Amino acid sequence: MAIIEANKIYKSFGDVKALQDIDLDVQPTEIFGLIGPDGSGKTTLFRILTTLLIPDSGSAKVCGYDVVKDYKEIRKRVGYMAGRFSLYHDLTVQENLRFYATVFGTRVVDNYDLIEDIYSHIEPFKNRKAGQLSGGMKQKLALSCALIHRPELLVLDEPTTGVDAVSRKEFWDMLQKIRLQGISVIVSTPYMDEAQKCDRVGLMLNSKILSIAKPDQISDQINIPLYSVRSKSNNFLLLKSLRKQPWCKSAWLFGQDIHLGVNDNITESELEKELNTLGGIKSYIKINYGIEDTFMELMGGKTSESSLIVK
Amino acid sequence: MSDNNIIEVRNLVKKFGDFTANDNLSFDVRKGEIFGFLGANGAGKTTAIRILCGLSFPSSGEIKIDGLDVYTQRELIKRRIGYMSQKFSLYEDLTIFENIRFFAAIYGMSRSEIKQRTAELLDRLNITHAKNRLIRDIPLGWKQKLAFSVAVFHNPVLVFLDEPTGGVDPITRRQFWELIYESALQGITVFVTTHYMDEAEYCDRISIMVDGRIEALDSPDGLKNTYKANDINEVFIKLAREGNNNHD
Repeated sequence: MAIIEANKIYKSFGDVKALQDIDLDVQPTEIFGLIGPDGSGKTTLFRILTTLLIPDSGSAKVCGYDVVKDYKEIRKRVGYMAGRFSLYHDLTVQENLRFYATVFGTRVVDNYDLIEDIYSHIEPFKNRKAGQLSGGMKQKLALSCALIHRPELLVLDEPTTGVDAVSRKEFWDMLQKIRLQGISVIVSTPYMDEAQKCDRVGLMLNSKILSIAKPDQISDQINIPLYSVRSKSNNFLLLKSLRKQPWCKSAWLFGQDIHLGVNDNITESELEKELNTLGGIKSYIKINYGIEDTFMELMGGKTSESSLIVK
Repeated sequence: MSDNNIIEVRNLVKKFGDFTANDNLSFDVRKGEIFGFLGANGAGKTTAIRILCGLSFPSSGEIKIDGLDVYTQRELIKRRIGYMSQKFSLYEDLTIFENIRFFAAIYGMSRSEIKQRTAELLDRLNITHAKNRLIRDIPLGWKQKLAFSVAVFHNPVLVFLDEPTGGVDPITRRQFWELIYESALQGITVFVTTHYMDEAEYCDRISIMVDGRIEALDSPDGLKNTYKANDINEVFIKLAREGNNNHD
């Protein structure tokens, strides 16, 4: 049985379509990543799955229960970490943890083994008010509170946004351990590189899920040849001149390189000639699509905020 | 001060009570470069930026911005720089047009200059049709691009960007960096912080701060060679993890 099963979910707020035609399944002990920018609908979907919002149409089951009719059963079984830090700032670390345990009718000692790994990092600060913790410590406390009733499913809304690269890596290591305890995880993130840490990912944009697949298979549907090109001097100037070429389908900055998509009717030797003519190129190599390349290609090469295109 | 440097920092120390937020920083930023200022949360980046911008005094140390002294010439410094902060950049309850006019007027631009350059800016960002919309009603990516454009509107010699790009789609994020490159081509020095390690690679040089100190400063290639890493993410994790183990 799937731990999450959603069918044709729609949700609007006035004129704004927040979710359209969402189909989704998450399997037991899977780590499922929902990847997309702000405003793509990730939070709305999570609120429906955690029974905090009712869909306009469509249906969803979580842990085998209907998100509308059986909301009380779902709430016992799900741990939810909201995007904004939503613990009590004026309670201490320990008081927050005890509060969440009590609300769910359990005790900290009963499930301490589950959170020990995470909580031990903040235990030295147990008498500090939650509002005075650093970002990384708040994140660990919020995760501890979401886990303290031993949920079947953990729903994490952008747990790593604004968090530095080291804390992000630690956080994903923690999720791997949690999964070994038999807990399923659905997690959203705007960081494309985190997709690799998930068993499967859904790419979300403008209220729709564009594609769902294993991270290394998500680009299988795309056939445009992709090259990584590096300039001898200034990548930005090279980027501008590449975009003027008729055989260029897309060109974007990628770290120290430019990722260049070309028309499939140009052969590799023709491309070599073209690039030599253009000049200023230090190196180029054919590459596979990464998650971010795929996402940008699925976006049709346009920003999701379409009316603001820099000339 | 060397003519090639726009920022010169020598032995910058900033303490808050017993806590040392900036522990003896010394570094230069060259004219016209894109300089990435990286560090973990709480490493002391924002504290240092606020001092470089003339918003807060150092506890000790010598700091020159475009040849001006941060102790005695703060108001002159503020006129020559632009600043885009992660938390606040534009007034949510003013329109796009009103925000541009407001910030331009603060920097003392003339009415006719404001009028002409506002039209150019709106056209370049392709938002002339939306100039009367409130900031709170426009998408995040617009806000970020507009906030950047406003920060360089008065033609500063140097602009500080404190985590300018969080939360937007990968294309919008790249368009933002193309704006940065465009400004750099026009000679504006860019001083930027980010948590996206691929963006660090867009910089000419980067520094990595750990626990209030600068542990490394070089070009992205130089750092990767020194730390035998494939990318800046690895360099960052190597350096920041050592620091983390001291207190976390």
